[in-house]
Amino acid sequence: MAMTVHVDIVSAEGAIHSGLAAMVYAPGEMGELGIAPRHTPLITRLKPGDVRVEDDKGGMEHFYVSGGMLEVQPDVVTVLADTAIRAQNIDEAKALEAKRRAEDALAGKTAEFEYAKAQAELAEAIAQLRAIEKLRKMRAS
Amino acid sequence: MAGAKEIRTKISSIKSTQKITGAMEMVAASKMRKAQERMQATRPYAEKMLQVIRHLAKASPEYRHSFMAQEREIKRIGYIVVSSDRGLCGGLNTNLFRMLVQELKQKRNDGLDTAFCTIGSKALGFFKRFGGDVKAEAAQLGDKPRIADIIGPVKVMLDAFENGEIDAVYIAYNEFVNTMTQKPTLRQLVPIVPDDKPAASGPVWDYIYEPEARLVLDNLLGRYIESLVYQGVVENGACEQAARMVAMKSASDNAGGLIDELQLVYNKARQAAITQEISEIVSGAAAV
Repeated sequence: MAMTVHVDIVSAEGAIHSGLAAMVYAPGEMGELGIAPRHTPLITRLKPGDVRVEDDKGGMEHFYVSGGMLEVQPDVVTVLADTAIRAQNIDEAKALEAKRRAEDALAGKTAEFEYAKAQAELAEAIAQLRAIEKLRKMRAS
Repeated sequence: MAGAKEIRTKISSIKSTQKITGAMEMVAASKMRKAQERMQATRPYAEKMLQVIRHLAKASPEYRHSFMAQEREIKRIGYIVVSSDRGLCGGLNTNLFRMLVQELKQKRNDGLDTAFCTIGSKALGFFKRFGGDVKAEAAQLGDKPRIADIIGPVKVMLDAFENGEIDAVYIAYNEFVNTMTQKPTLRQLVPIVPDDKPAASGPVWDYIYEPEARLVLDNLLGRYIESLVYQGVVENGACEQAARMVAMKSASDNAGGLIDELQLVYNKARQAAITQEISEIVSGAAAV
């Protein structure tokens, strides 16, 4: 049997692929990479592009990644794929957007957390839930 | 036959409410199953990432990232609060907020300042009501939250951590124990808590880094925190559906009980009316 290496392609939202491969090709940041079994340990960032997994029968599977990380150990290759398009300025814009939304929503509100009020109201809500629970038990018995 | 019509209308209105709660229960049950599957699906990514990070820590590259263990004096704590977007899920959010308030109170007694980032409309509403320094928010993530939706808010918190505005970041969310139990949980995100697993012995080897260790580690740690928050969001989603399913089930049961009671009252009223009518006829006939 040809030499193979275990390949896992996972993203934060779920596993994408797992299996054995004779060769893995990935778009590394510093250039296209071809990883054969027993490759020396390597970590690199990936560019958006095509990750190809070649199995020992010569079949090829393609996976699109919009970036991520590639980790190589002699017997395991792991692709930590991004599912969202990432770039410094896009992330920045998202952060600003999240900030702006919070500011809009809380315009004119005090930045001081009102412990006493919060605690009193939550205690009341919890008491209500308990009362309902009790009522149910009474009725059931 | 006084009141019979009112009782009948009431019964039919409760019946339609029961239909709605019954439908919501079933919808929540199927959504819960999917949310649980999603919860399982997020695990491999974080595990893989942790493996790599652990290895990096062991191989001890010359670079120490600010997210990793460090002894910075803690003055201000950031909380990422994950809640549901919608109500009708029992005490899910209330329990979480109560735990949070207790925690906040304790922190205030220790003289610590706080800042927040909310995920979900209920958490935002909570801070809108009671005040608090909310740095960022994300809401309406839907049943299938996407990692893209939480990149922004998480980045705000991590940036604040890096430029010293806050000295630690925690996440508060509901942990899915089982369908009946959801546990409000508080977890530290940064600085990353070193796990007490003994580092595996053996020859220490290092990776080849492309382009260089610092950049790779930066990327990796940011993604790792994001994936932890994403896991929290997905898990909280499963909790929301489970809590809603239970709440709707008890609502349907209650409606059933109410209908039974009303039916009894209705039957009694009907019986009384008939009896009265007969006695009127009989006494009328006797008078002739």
